[in-house]
Amino acid sequence: MAARAAALPAPRARRSAAPGLAVGLSTLYLSVIVLLPLAALGWRAHGWNAITTPQAVSALELTLVASGVVALINAVAGTAIAWTLVRDRFFGQGVVNALVDLPFALPTIVAGLTLLALYGPRSPGGVDVAFTRWAILVALLFVTLPFVVRTVQPVLFELDTEMEDAAVSLGASRMATFRRVIFPNILPAILSGVALAFARAIGEFGAVVLISGNLPFKTEVVSVYVFGRIESGDTGGAAAASVVILGISFGVLLAIGGVRRWATRHDR
Amino acid sequence: MIEVRGIVKRFGDFTALDGVSVEVPAGSLTALLGPSGSGKSTLLRVIAGLEQPDEGVICLAGQDVTKIPPQARGVGFVFQHYAAFKHLTVWENVAFGLKIRRRPRAEIRQRVTELLELVQLARLGDRYPAQLSGGQRQRMGLARALAVDPKVLLLDEPFGALDARVRKELRSWLRRLHDETHTTTVIVTHDQEEAMDVADRVVLMNGGRIEQEATPRELYDRPANEFVMSFVGPVNRLGDAFIRPHDVELLLEPNGSTQEAMVQRLVHLGFEVRVELMRDDGEVLSAQLTREQVEALELLPGQIVHVRPTRQTVFQ
Repeated sequence: MAARAAALPAPRARRSAAPGLAVGLSTLYLSVIVLLPLAALGWRAHGWNAITTPQAVSALELTLVASGVVALINAVAGTAIAWTLVRDRFFGQGVVNALVDLPFALPTIVAGLTLLALYGPRSPGGVDVAFTRWAILVALLFVTLPFVVRTVQPVLFELDTEMEDAAVSLGASRMATFRRVIFPNILPAILSGVALAFARAIGEFGAVVLISGNLPFKTEVVSVYVFGRIESGDTGGAAAASVVILGISFGVLLAIGGVRRWATRHDR
Repeated sequence: MIEVRGIVKRFGDFTALDGVSVEVPAGSLTALLGPSGSGKSTLLRVIAGLEQPDEGVICLAGQDVTKIPPQARGVGFVFQHYAAFKHLTVWENVAFGLKIRRRPRAEIRQRVTELLELVQLARLGDRYPAQLSGGQRQRMGLARALAVDPKVLLLDEPFGALDARVRKELRSWLRRLHDETHTTTVIVTHDQEEAMDVADRVVLMNGGRIEQEATPRELYDRPANEFVMSFVGPVNRLGDAFIRPHDVELLLEPNGSTQEAMVQRLVHLGFEVRVELMRDDGEVLSAQLTREQVEALELLPGQIVHVRPTRQTVFQ
């Protein structure tokens, strides 16, 4: 048996049947759909002063902070919702499950309108956050809700419950079992969801534009700022600002991808 | 010692355990044997505290633990599909229970080293479970369960997911391990050969009840009923009588107490040969002979032989 203790090779990625063709097609598709428009954007960008004005910097800061906060809240709330949907059985579960996708299905401008009716000056509940930074938070939370739920849910569903039984039989409390066993196993999924939610929040326009009031230095997010540049005929500045957001989004996605790789190191 | 008294466990309309009482002597290796759905795994999980019984009492080492949560029962549990913590290395898996108990570092290091040595995984401590074979993963599972010095060791079909050769290897290794440590051990299996091979005592379950509790030999030689007889080995039925294939004698000439049968097929299994026969009334039966016996009789398919049971069992 000692001889057999010698290593099994780690599982390797399987080669696809026609690797050259598959890679070529993927690259072509990605180029036409994603890279080309982005390159055009970079080409059009000029007048970099459009993004160094105090108004632009303020919009950028607000967008990044709001998106960060929203991503964090989603990480917790989304995981909790996914947990309830997978582990609990309750009346109306199917409805709740379907409800989670609603922000995806709704045109974001409709979402903005709904939120304005609910949390605006004529709020039936007396909660008026319109034209404040809270409004931005609410709007972004609404449109990004599905991401973490939908990335964590299948992972939680597939998670081996015997692993939890094992932890419990070894003396781990419910809390310790979650912290030491469940959480590390769903962390990659949470990170994926957070990355998607963050990226979406940075670029969100429709849901925010109605309810935030778009007050420069106060409630103007960067997408609305870009729209403003276009309206005033400064497409070059708009493109420049867009390139900056794009760069930041891409950087964040890469960073989270890196953390995700680290968190799944045991699968390779 | 494990005492199980009057355990009832229902899942909705299904009664998984229907008033089960059994005693597992301290230091023994006992097998819970039965077909799938017989309740053996449920009973093991009830003993571990992973399931709450609807009725009945569980005592471990004289203490009533029925209401005590699994964390505090001091049992080691080994799972069929390993239940490895896949985000932790082999070393960290084994150390898990000790870390939960906040043992000093030096003690953890020493104990884990010892256990990895014991299960022959000393050189694989920094691997992740995904990089181990099934047999290695299950040895890791065993080390992990043993790390916390459990009062009882519970194994739920521990070798069920492994191929036949590794299964046999681990089985005899488990037996040697038990002979060294003498931890009270209960192993659940659906494989009668495994149960008889590894255990001192076998508890045969069926339909949420215990059919018989005996040593492997008693179980085979003095089965309590039809179910036990046919579960622990192949069996022929002639009228009311049950006959093991190795208790069927084949003769070339009739001798008054014999019955006629035709050889249908000869199955060579190395040393032994299984002879499949059909009687003139259409009943099929099989006889287990050695290769020498078959050669001496010069048996061929289609041949008529005369069958005589040397030993048979009739249940009232």
